Order: sequence, then structure tokens, then C-alpha cells
Amino acid sequence: MQWTIDLIFQQAAAGLALGSIYVLLAVGLTLIFGLLNVVNFSHGAFYMLGAYLGFVTLEYTQSFTAAIVVAALGGAAIGGLFERFLIRRLYGKGIDYPLLLTFGAAYVIVDAVRMIFGREGVHVDTPDALSEVIDLGFGLLPGYRLFLIGLCLGLVLLLWLLLERTRWGLIIRAGAQDGTIIRILGIDISRVWLMAFSLGSGLAALSGILAAPMRGVHPDMGSAILVDAFVVTVVGGMGSLSGAVLAGLLIGMVVSFVTLLAPEFQELSIYVLMTLMLLARPQGLLGRRGALG
Amino acid sequence: MQTSTLTRSHHGARPSARLQRPKRWLDLLGTLAFLSLLPWLVPHQSLATSMLIFALFASAYNLVFGYGGMLSLGHAALFGGGAYAAGIAAVHAQLPWGLSLLFGAVVGLGIGVIFAFLSLRVRGIYFAMITLALAQCAYFFAYRNANWTGGDNGLRGVPPLQIDWEFLQLSSADPLSKYYLIFIIVAGALGLLRALLYTPLGRSLSMIRQNEQRAAACGVPVLRVRQLTFAISGLLSGLAGALYAYHIGTVPLETLSVHLSGQVVMMVLLGGMATFVGPVVGAVVFLGAENLLSDLTDYWQMISGILFMLLVLFFSKGIWGGVQTIGQGRPAEPKP
Repeated sequence: MQWTIDLIFQQAAAGLALGSIYVLLAVGLTLIFGLLNVVNFSHGAFYMLGAYLGFVTLEYTQSFTAAIVVAALGGAAIGGLFERFLIRRLYGKGIDYPLLLTFGAAYVIVDAVRMIFGREGVHVDTPDALSEVIDLGFGLLPGYRLFLIGLCLGLVLLLWLLLERTRWGLIIRAGAQDGTIIRILGIDISRVWLMAFSLGSGLAALSGILAAPMRGVHPDMGSAILVDAFVVTVVGGMGSLSGAVLAGLLIGMVVSFVTLLAPEFQELSIYVLMTLMLLARPQGLLGRRGALG
Repeated sequence: MQTSTLTRSHHGARPSARLQRPKRWLDLLGTLAFLSLLPWLVPHQSLATSMLIFALFASAYNLVFGYGGMLSLGHAALFGGGAYAAGIAAVHAQLPWGLSLLFGAVVGLGIGVIFAFLSLRVRGIYFAMITLALAQCAYFFAYRNANWTGGDNGLRGVPPLQIDWEFLQLSSADPLSKYYLIFIIVAGALGLLRALLYTPLGRSLSMIRQNEQRAAACGVPVLRVRQLTFAISGLLSGLAGALYAYHIGTVPLETLSVHLSGQVVMMVLLGGMATFVGPVVGAVVFLGAENLLSDLTDYWQMISGILFMLLVLFFSKGIWGGVQTIGQGRPAEPKP
């Protein structure tokens, strides 16, 4: 194998693009865990749901922008209903019950999509405006990947501003620290939970439609990536947003380069990484107990 | 393992314990009686055999999840590990079935020990996550070593169980003989499990589940008890996996998948966790429902998902737990 600047650059770009998908998924997972203490096993199902919502929107409007918006809002709305009417009944019953509930919900969502769209996948094309290859002088980069990385970083920046610079973000961060105090201060914490779950589900659905042109759309796409998203979340530190961003990009790169160097370890690598992380630093790279850092 | 004060006082109560002895084993005997009639209660014998094997697997999982309060999401690795070990011993080394089954159980024990050693160093949700990650490692390890495991196609060509003694000849080509042959092995394993719950280990385990700090203060070596429990669960899960390999004659890669880990949680919840009879009822009802629904509809996963959600929301004691509650007129506190 010839190591050229171009090859390394291509792999790094592919890794960052995959990492961007991981970041959006892991940020949602970590937000839901940090605030609600729920390990959300239906996160992958929302990712898959987003891809299909986007696909349907594309059929009707031919606009990828519309597909992105519909997927994100649709995912957020369904997530909100899910939290309000199902998960909310289980708060305070220990961590196992919400986990098991979302596990069951994932089955239901996946089978519902199979019913409507069939077992075979559907196809989402890369939008025309982004299907060109951009020449950056030292290497060629597919436009869609560049768009994905840019969009992901933009969203992360927005989220950071929301959490650090707004009143609502202040309430969320306080809620992750200590929900009881929030209640005592007269803030309706159940609304915060609803918002957090909606936001997380919306981000998952958004990453589903964004991944669709690269990775295809089929009913089982969520279960495949869910465990990866867990790996990213755990490595970054459950409940740590900056950790999720860092770990997402890092693991995207690891997957990309291991695929190139030692394809037989492609899947194993990240689980080994997660196991080592859990043994060395259970709280993850940037995790602190119960704080959205 | 140290004996705790609790078990000493129990020895002091020997006479009454002797009086209770017949009652003690009632649930084991009832379970075995029920299982021995299974081939006549379900549509076909192959399904009955699957139920039997999964009753053992769910009981082994219940030891960790129900009695031990440890939510493992990687138990497929123990079952699948045992299945592949027995399959490889039978197909590649042509060992007789008795040795292959033993090898499967021992490999299950080995994987259980590794899992326990690594995963019990972290707590709560991290424990669940690390078991999941380790099980995924096992899955992809088997997937990538296709020359041993058959990879995606699974390991094919596990020979049937055969007994060819002078006074007894059995072949598992006859479904009913196969059922009762496996039944004898499962009955022995369930008997062991039942006995285990009366040992100091079993008692310590329920102490830990009820109040970990108090158990530790009473001198129960919490970590050791949990590790040992996980290892024993691995032995029995491995045996169940090995039996499964012989039952269907192949070892599909799905035996190591997250789905199977999820299914065994579902079976235990459905039947009733931390009860002896629960997992058996759960395995039988789950597989029966799956069999029935998959004939009627292609979307049985949705039905089982909805069922699962309802269980978690409204009926977390499960079928047997519910029956016990009604029978006693008070919440059933899981007894060892």
C-alpha cells in the first residue's frame, strides 16, 4: 500500500464524516442520559425513522433541505410524545426499567417501518448541489462529506451556545446537576425532560437522513449504528457533551483508518477501545458524574 | 467463601428447616413435571426442545439479573460461546457428544469468568454497557474467524445425539428421544441451580440484592459473590448453548447477537425475575408466542415489542410473579 498525502487525507475526511454522524447521535444520547438518567435503546430506531421521514419528504418535494428539516422536527415530535406518555411513568423506578422500555420500543418502531416501507431498503441520492468533488489543492474531497462535517460542527456550536449562553441552557445544565433544586426554585422540570428528549431524538433523526446518501436506508440501519453510538457516548463520558464531540470524531477516525490498515479488525477495534476505556476510566474521556460538561 | 451470620442462624434452625424440606423442592419438582409434559402441550417436538433449552438459559440468566440484580446485556456471548465450543468440538475435533457438551459448558464458564472479571469492576449502567461491548467483541470475533465458525453462514454439520449402549439405544433422529435426553440434562442443571440458591452463596446473593451495604457490613464478600454467580451462570448458559447446537445441528451466528441477549432479558421479565419458576414460564410463553405469531403475521417483532413495553410499564413482576402475588395475597418477596 502506498502512503500518499492524498490517501491519508481521503481517509481522514471519511473518518471525520462518519465521526460527524457519531457526534450527532452521541450528543443526543448523552443529553438524554445526563438529564433523564435514561439509557435510550430506541435511539437507533429514531435514527432510522429520520432517514425514512427524509426519504418520504424527498419523494414529495425533491428538496434535501426540506428532508433535513422534516426529519429533525418529526423525530423531535415523536420523541417528545414518547417521553411524555411512556418514559415519564418510569422515573424513579431504577435505571433498568427505562432501558428495557426503550429496548421494546425500538422493536415496535423498526417493525412499523417494515410494515409501511417493506423489508428491503430504499435509496436516497446525494443532492445534486453536493455531489461534486471539491479540489482543495492538496487533495480531492467529495462535497457531501465537506457539507456533513461543516453542518455537524455548526450544529454543535449552536448547541453549545444554547447550553452556555441562554436561560434555557442554564436550566438544563442545572437540571443535570441536581433536579431537586430546580424544582425547589419553582421551575417545571418535567418540561426540561421533554425538551431534552425531543432534542436528542431530533438530533438522532437528523443524523439518520444525513447518513442516508452515504450508508443507505433500510429498517435495520438503526440497530447496527446504535451500539457504535453507545461506544462513542461511553468513551466520551456518559453525560458529557464535549466528550461526545471529541470521542465521536476520534472513533470515526479510528474506524476509518483501521478499515484501511487491518480490515479484519474493523468492527472489533471500537469495542476493544470501549472495554479498555471502561476499565481504565469508567467516567470516560471528559465525563464527570451527572454533569453536562 | 465466608459464611455470614445469616447462614449460621439458619443452621441453628435445623429442625424446622427439615420440616420445610419437602416444600422447598416443590417448585423444582413442579417445574420438571411441567417440562416433562411439554412435548404433548405444544404443536411440535422441535419447539418443545427449544423451549426446554431456553428455559435453562433464562434460568441461568435469572441468576445474574433476577437474583443478583446485575443487568447484563451480553449474555448471548455465554450461550453462543458454549454453542460454538460444542459445535467446534463436534465438527472439527469429532469428539463424542458428552465431551462436546462438557466442553461447551466449560467454555461458557471461562467466558463467564472473563466477563465477571472485567465487567464487575464498574457499576450500574457501565456494567450493562461493558457486557454489551464484550458480547459484541465475541460476535465479531466469530464472524471474522470463518474457517472455524463458518462466519455469516454459521457452523454446519453438528451430528445428532446418539446413545449406543448395550442395554439402551437412542438416537436424536427421533424427536421424542431427543427431547427426553436433553430433558435429563436440563433437569440436572435446574436441580443444581435450585440447590445453589440454598447454599450460603445463594443466600448472600439475595442479601446483596436487598441491601448491598448491609450485606457488606455483615461480612459478605460482595465482589466475590457476584463474580462466582456470573461464572456459574456462564457454565449453565454455555451448557444451554451446547445443547442448542446439538438440537438444531448448526450454530448460527445469531446465537452471539445482541438480539439474543435482549430476548433472554425479555423471557425473564415476562416470567418473573428472581423467582425459580418464572424464567421457565417466560421462555415457554415467549417461544410459544413467537411461534404462534410468526405463523400468523410477519410482524411478530412488533407484537413482542409492545408486549415487552406493557410488561415493563404495568407488570414488572411478570407472569409467575403475578401468580405468586395473587396466591399469597401480598407482594411476593423473592425467596432463595
